[in-house]
Amino acid sequence: MSALAVGLVTAGTLFVLGLAGVLVRRNTLIMLLSIEVMLNAAGLVFVLAGSRWGQPDGQVMFLLILALAASEVSVGLGLLLQLHRRTGSLDADRASRLKG
Amino acid sequence: MLGWFWLIPALPLASAALLALFRLPRRAVALLGAGSVGLSAAVCLAIGVQFVLAPPPTGGLGLSLWGWLAAEGLAVPATLYLDGLALAMAVVISLVGFLIHLYSTSYMAGEQDYRRFFALMNLFVASMLLLVLADSLLLLFLGWEGVGLCSYLLIGFWYRQGEARGAALKAFLVTRVGDTGLFLGLLLLATSLGTLGLQQITRQVPLSWAVGSAPAVAAAALLLAGAVGKSAQLPLQTWLPDAMAGPTPVSALIHAATMVTAGVYLIARAWAVFSLAPQVLFAVAVIGAATILLAGSSALAQRDLKRALAYSTMSQIGYMFLALGVQAWQPAIFHFATHAFFKALLFLAAGVVIHELGGQQDMMRMGGLWRRLPVTFWTFLVACLSMASLPPLTAGFFSKDWILNAVYESPRGGFWLWLAAVVGVMLTSAYTFRMLFLVFLGSPRAQTAHGEGLHGGARGEGGAAILIPLLVLAVPAALLGYVETPKFLGDIRLFAGFLGTALPGPPAERVSTELLLLIPSDVAGLAGLGLAYLAWRRLGRAPVALAARVRGFWQSGWGFDALYNVLLVRPFLRLGQWTRGDVVDRFYDLVAAGNRLLHRLLSLWQGGLLRRYVLALALGAAVLLALVVML
Repeated sequence: MSALAVGLVTAGTLFVLGLAGVLVRRNTLIMLLSIEVMLNAAGLVFVLAGSRWGQPDGQVMFLLILALAASEVSVGLGLLLQLHRRTGSLDADRASRLKG
Repeated sequence: MLGWFWLIPALPLASAALLALFRLPRRAVALLGAGSVGLSAAVCLAIGVQFVLAPPPTGGLGLSLWGWLAAEGLAVPATLYLDGLALAMAVVISLVGFLIHLYSTSYMAGEQDYRRFFALMNLFVASMLLLVLADSLLLLFLGWEGVGLCSYLLIGFWYRQGEARGAALKAFLVTRVGDTGLFLGLLLLATSLGTLGLQQITRQVPLSWAVGSAPAVAAAALLLAGAVGKSAQLPLQTWLPDAMAGPTPVSALIHAATMVTAGVYLIARAWAVFSLAPQVLFAVAVIGAATILLAGSSALAQRDLKRALAYSTMSQIGYMFLALGVQAWQPAIFHFATHAFFKALLFLAAGVVIHELGGQQDMMRMGGLWRRLPVTFWTFLVACLSMASLPPLTAGFFSKDWILNAVYESPRGGFWLWLAAVVGVMLTSAYTFRMLFLVFLGSPRAQTAHGEGLHGGARGEGGAAILIPLLVLAVPAALLGYVETPKFLGDIRLFAGFLGTALPGPPAERVSTELLLLIPSDVAGLAGLGLAYLAWRRLGRAPVALAARVRGFWQSGWGFDALYNVLLVRPFLRLGQWTRGDVVDRFYDLVAAGNRLLHRLLSLWQGGLLRRYVLALALGAAVLLALVVML
């Protein structure tokens, strides 16, 4: 098994774990963490691809994802604070006032 | 100078537009609203003087404003026409209109919607002036409908009161019945004569149609339908008493200057068409006579001061119709002029009384007001004498005498119509003086609005803006008759001479029996006065010793409202209820139900659970990926 395959399997595993976390957990903080995991899995694939073809683009994309993740977390945490203030918990299912 | 007469309707119209568009301070609203009509009256008088001093050679002056409609075989330019008839109407309308506006500046001062009131009043006067000055029948119709619209908006001025809304709607719908007839008449004239110009119709009609021929009768009957609706004659009279729900100046305007006299004007203007339809003329006379009797007796039984005045207007317009029906065009217009002055005066005086009593309109709760409101009392008395046509210092005496004489002498008139008119004189006199006695004489039966002492003895008649119109109107109400007097009283013929070029004179000239004919009508007038006095003295409260049932019948205006309710309103409502669930409605109900179902289904998706949305997203992405890989 080449290094590339190992990396891809790792990335896939991380992505699925993150997705499962988002789907299964109701705590929004954990859901946010899981999304970070999924983002990093994608970043890992970019780095792998960059090293596979010897191009700098993969690392550039990874930096981009880092910036994206940082901004997403800041907004997400802000929303989280508001959610906690209004509902008294971090349960995503209780924030369902927009349901049709 | 004469060519500037388009300014007469244009001034109030411009002012109405300004008032409608700009938020002006109250003082400016009053100045613009009353000033524009005043200016229009001044222009009107100046043109009138010019017209008398140097009349146009053909007796009239046309003015083409612009081409309006031009279709195959029919061109309708917007043309105005000024002749003696139009000028007489315009002078009365603008003058009386101005005085009513002046009165309103003070009378409506406590009103929230001051600006709306004056904008509508100006538009009302402008529409009426356009109506009388129009040469094209279509332009006349525009003014006609403008008058109808303004009356609707002004009767419903206090639209928060259900009564006012209902009355406004009733006035609009009932006159609409007549207007439909008028419009059909217009179409008939346009298709068969190829023109809508009134002067051209007047010239052309005797050449194209024979006397009593079918198109002439049809056209005259359709025009009559419109006139009957606007002038509140039988059988479309029911809207007028209810129209009293509007503010008092509006009632004065509707009754004296604008609106109800439009029908009289229309028939007089279309005299050439009516002369060719003797059957219709007879109908006009009979309608007039019947309305005189119906409205006169109804006025006798009213408790509400304004309703009594409304019925009195109906009966006075009935005299004009009677005169028109016997082809006495000039007496009809003369009675219009005198009636405009004394009826405006009566309404404005009634407004003072109603304000003084804090909105009280029930005559049984009035009385003894002559000390408190002396100016109002004396001017009201002048107007009453004029309406009851008691000689000598009254305008109504001369105009009504002229009508009675014409009815008796005319080949189309005759003894029975004349007798009805004489009975009408007695009724008129009786209800007029009943009002006067109940309102002003006797002992007070109600508290005033501001109670004793609170005002420190100050009279509640109001300022100059209230009193000047009353006093000014009293002058023509008393003296206007002297421009047109019978043979034995100087034989002055100013009014007839003025109208002479526009309207043919009465078919029969005044004869020497005039003095003899005067006796029964004056006896009738005095009898009415005596009757009213006796009933008032003897009974105090009940005006005439009538069985309660007859009084109820008269008070309801001979039960026409109830009759129309049973005949028209209720069947229509029932039909409406019955057709409520028909096929078309069912179909649209189905469409609505289908949409509602779709909406429910769609909203099921929006469950509000974030994790379910994420799952849907992930599954969707997986499906797309699988598709990309496999294809």
